[in-house]
Amino acid sequence: MDVQTWTFIIVGGTFALYIGIAIWSRANTTGDFYIAGRGVHPVVNGMATGADWMSAASFISMAGLISFMGYDGAVYLMGWTGGYVLLALLLAPYLRKFGKFTVPDFVGDRYYSNGARIVAVVCAVFVSFTYVAGQMRGVGVVFSRFLEVDINVGVGIGMAIVFFYAVLGGMKGITYTQAAQYCVLIFAYLVPAIFISILLTDKYIPQIGFGANLAGDIGSRVAGGETITLMDKLNQLNTELGFAEYTSGKKSMLDVLCITGALMAGTAGLPHVIVRFYTVPKVRDARISAGWALFFIALLYTTAPAVAAFARTNLINTVSEASYAEVEGEKSIPQWFKTWEDTGLLAWVDKNEDGKVQYVAGAALAGKPAFTEERGAHGQRIVSNSNPETKNELYVDRDIIVLANPEIANLPAWVIALVAAGGLAAALSTAAGLLLVVSTSVSHDLLKRVFVPSITEKQELLAARVAAAFAVMIAGYFGINPPGFVAQVVAFAFGLACSSFFPAIILGIFVKRANREGVVSGMLAGIIFTASYIIYFKFLGGTPDQLWFGISPEGIGALGMLINFAVAFVVSRFTPPPPIEIQELVEHIRVPSGSSGPSAAH
Amino acid sequence: MTEQPNNNDNARRYWARNLRLLVIFLVIWWVVSYGAGIIFVDALDAITIPGTGFPLGFWFAQQGSIYVFVALIFTYSWLMNKLDKEFDVHED
Repeated sequence: MDVQTWTFIIVGGTFALYIGIAIWSRANTTGDFYIAGRGVHPVVNGMATGADWMSAASFISMAGLISFMGYDGAVYLMGWTGGYVLLALLLAPYLRKFGKFTVPDFVGDRYYSNGARIVAVVCAVFVSFTYVAGQMRGVGVVFSRFLEVDINVGVGIGMAIVFFYAVLGGMKGITYTQAAQYCVLIFAYLVPAIFISILLTDKYIPQIGFGANLAGDIGSRVAGGETITLMDKLNQLNTELGFAEYTSGKKSMLDVLCITGALMAGTAGLPHVIVRFYTVPKVRDARISAGWALFFIALLYTTAPAVAAFARTNLINTVSEASYAEVEGEKSIPQWFKTWEDTGLLAWVDKNEDGKVQYVAGAALAGKPAFTEERGAHGQRIVSNSNPETKNELYVDRDIIVLANPEIANLPAWVIALVAAGGLAAALSTAAGLLLVVSTSVSHDLLKRVFVPSITEKQELLAARVAAAFAVMIAGYFGINPPGFVAQVVAFAFGLACSSFFPAIILGIFVKRANREGVVSGMLAGIIFTASYIIYFKFLGGTPDQLWFGISPEGIGALGMLINFAVAFVVSRFTPPPPIEIQELVEHIRVPSGSSGPSAAH
Repeated sequence: MTEQPNNNDNARRYWARNLRLLVIFLVIWWVVSYGAGIIFVDALDAITIPGTGFPLGFWFAQQGSIYVFVALIFTYSWLMNKLDKEFDVHED
């Protein structure tokens, strides 16, 4: 069977599974719709959190990103996992004890202010939409690449699926589909990784192969008879070609610190992640569930850097100095090179006209490849934006590392199809979690808690469904007409989460004296500072030499968070303490006993 | 379920013990990531983990810190369950 047929079968099968789960887990009350009736087992919640958290970007792009960044890729690895320690230790158990449904619920109640609630709602909605646009696009891209349908049709199919289980099942439907999606995505990620590990190092576990000697079918060819570790060989290859050593970085230490900090605190402050911990029955479950979540995430996150190193070694070894056309007795490029060139993720410009691929440091092209319709002397696609300032002839899109992995390693067709299903699972699960935050924000935080408190349970549930339906449509619109700045605004999502929610929640739990005036001014100061810095450098043409101490916009949220803490602390000192019942609320959430059980809806 | 009849003192001591645990755990969290993985990465890279090709600092940054994070959460969770029982503030 060919790849297409396999892809139809596997993707179709997983979709049928998701729909089946949606029908089985319909939501009947707002409690079901918002927090799955608080009846989710901690291990299942851990899986759901894993899928919720790992987006199309984690699945498709991260290994590639690390592959080209080397050591610096650690900012993502540590940043996107270390946040769970903060969640498990500082946030999840207390928010679970607090009960209720959303992050704005906590901010609004703890700071006895609808103003604070609305600031939180606006941040939550903004952060979620920023994120979801990229997911829908990811669905479209996977569809178009593997099933050769139009990107827009792909987005449409994705919308229909998410619509079905998010609108019908709410959090309950989403939770169980996410758990299934986690299984699909992790299986799809590990299978090719294990195969590649065996091919390069003869080890079954990629995390071990990552540090082992080169061996196996491809590995021994790369080593060329030497006994050498993969790491050493990779450093050698990188240095020979003028790249930085793989195991050392290029970013400044302060920048790495700030980015890691912003990603960690941002992760812990993302509303769609926090809200997952409202769904377990007990405080105790919230703690352990965060452990399971990180365990499931770590399976992928510790595999990714191994895949990155394998793929980089293999890539350099395969393409460097290989001739494009097949020449008898000479190293020539493999078939997958041409397949991916046709999709536009690879491009080759024969700058020195020797017919061979020179892959060295520097950008081969000015930006993304601009293909003309012509073919060159060797049959390669001609690009019009060659960058004459470097000798590098090869453009490689980072997404190739995961998408082309199975082909690079010559794996069977069903593995390629599995990767497609995994990418879709990652994108759909994250999209659903985000859309639920948007719908809950509208129906619960705005309607029920602020504007129409008299709304009945039935009406609220209807409002939640209508809001979810609208959110799916808006997300789909962004997927079909992606704003050009999607990549840039992701920095925004983390920056905002980290400079707004994170400090507000921490202070709300750990500092009894933190009051409305302090925290509202802290959140505003943090958001305004972070947003201005990001907008200046991403949209108003700020140049790298203007960066403060070399801190990139991705890392500025860390500073914004400190500003938030400082302002909130000082202002709280000089304004009246919170009312006595709020102080009692803080006492109440600090101890586990007396939380509402699984059945309590309100 | 009703609120446990904690007197304020019991709750305060429970909280103090929890804070002490948190400080210890967050120090470890900080040391393996920001410490070993970033600040002292160059010094640690001089050491290669025996039997592998991993420079130690690089390994902490891309592998080790994540393993420690997972272990930290499970251990904290276990210790807190014990602490909850000791101060009789556990659920059900």
